[in-house]
Amino acid sequence: MKILVAVKRVVDHNVPVRAKPDGSDVELDGVRMNINPFDEIAVEEALRLKEKGIATEIVAVSLGSAASPEALRHALAMGVDRALTVETGGAFLQPLAVAKLLKAVVEREQPGLVLVGKQAIDNDAGQAGQMLAALLDWPQATFASELKIEGAEAVVTREVDGGVETIALALPAVVTCDLRLNAPRFVKLPNLMMAKKKPIEVVDAAETGVNFAPRVKRLKVAAPAPRKAGIKVASVGELVEKLRASGVL
Amino acid sequence: MSVLILADHDGRQLKAASRRAVGAAKAWNAPIHVLVVGDDTAAVAAQAAALEGVTRVLRVDAAHLAHPLAADVANIIKALAGDFQVILAPHATLAKDVLPRVAGLLDVAMIADAIEITAPATYVRPIYAGNLLATVESNDPIQVVTVRATSFAAAGDAASPAAIESLPAPAADTRVRWVSESKNVSERPELASARVVVSGGRSFGERFEELLGPLADQLGAAIGATRAAVDAGFAPNEQQVGQTGTVVAPELYIAAGISGAQQHLAGMKDSQVIVAINHDPDAAIFQVADFGLVADLFDAVPQLTKALEQ
Repeated sequence: MKILVAVKRVVDHNVPVRAKPDGSDVELDGVRMNINPFDEIAVEEALRLKEKGIATEIVAVSLGSAASPEALRHALAMGVDRALTVETGGAFLQPLAVAKLLKAVVEREQPGLVLVGKQAIDNDAGQAGQMLAALLDWPQATFASELKIEGAEAVVTREVDGGVETIALALPAVVTCDLRLNAPRFVKLPNLMMAKKKPIEVVDAAETGVNFAPRVKRLKVAAPAPRKAGIKVASVGELVEKLRASGVL
Repeated sequence: MSVLILADHDGRQLKAASRRAVGAAKAWNAPIHVLVVGDDTAAVAAQAAALEGVTRVLRVDAAHLAHPLAADVANIIKALAGDFQVILAPHATLAKDVLPRVAGLLDVAMIADAIEITAPATYVRPIYAGNLLATVESNDPIQVVTVRATSFAAAGDAASPAAIESLPAPAADTRVRWVSESKNVSERPELASARVVVSGGRSFGERFEELLGPLADQLGAAIGATRAAVDAGFAPNEQQVGQTGTVVAPELYIAAGISGAQQHLAGMKDSQVIVAINHDPDAAIFQVADFGLVADLFDAVPQLTKALEQ
């Protein structure tokens, strides 16, 4: 079975982000970028399925801005077999456009399973996987914390409100990966050097026929209102006194 | 123009977040219809019908919907979508699973986790773990939206209940099967809607529940945890507060032994009053805390529990 994994290049999760002074967008110039952490978990899961002899080939795909090959290099260094990027001329892609471009890639690659992160940590949308499943008319399992392939089924344990739930999906299917699915392996330097030599196939988005123009207009980006400065109290007694005075107790 | 709300419930009770979603839907000043999907949902439907602003409740009951799966719920909503301009739900597991699938089926964008709504189609939503707020406008004919329940006031009680209508359930998508579930049963309030939350980090170690439990019970509070505490196995997954866990905005949030990583702050910094107890005076949590106490939590937490008993 071939597995397709979608990876996104996002601002590193340790980097504090700021809005541009005119509020038009997020300031991304000179900011450290990295593979989206949930996508790294998706790559790791695909690798484990290959190591178990379930997956035969793993293809990583990244969409959009010209620099997205960085995320693919990371995936290649982790051990995926092949990478391709869908070039959109730097267009800003929203989840529905991502899903449509991924659908075009799925139709071309014919994977038996698509693994994606449950959300990207930049736009926090959490939509692309579910939208892709809808467009393909495939079953979906979101927020996976455990994944087993049993015959022609994926048995997925999902993180849900108040606990976990297990569902079984007929393959092919889309699974979105949650934090607790696995701990991604570290990339070793020699692997990173080797990954730099592996070719990344470039697909022109125009060839897919997908209209990826944004459907949602971003009017403004701003920092949330700062909280009023608090005070330090000297003892538990003083804390209780202050809380009683503020009326929350 | 009408609004359809996908109700979140546990089979017996309408969740508090659904009541707040009805409050959020008032922004459109339009008839509000509530969709209740499940098995044997009479009680939940009656609770939804008793909410102020709700004009009709649609019930879809079937044995295979006892544990609703995304494909089935999305198909039900898609069949109804022609009558609605807005499809809305609280931003919790069910809607996060189902509504993007609905948006994909309808070929429209989706707005996730809105914290402000300006009808007909402008929203404020957090991005980058709540470090920034984006104001966005959707150009699609149907607005598919999840709302952060804690950002909206709950709908009150209606003078007279709305009509409840039962709709036939479409056949199940046989490609997906529900297998089993494991839910943590707790007498404490639900984390997402609790008035008070007491939260702990990894430094509690094995004494997490032993120390925080009595404090939570004293305050009638829910217990929250950092990702580190959950990953270390000291607290169950569903207690995680943060970008990847539950977002809370209670009246009082007590953070004990929590350093205040961005990921955690994203899940609690809209709380009304934040108390931080940490031995490190430079911990980032003190920057958002209204009241900070620099102390060893193994002393301070039991002391606080005792002080509150009096």
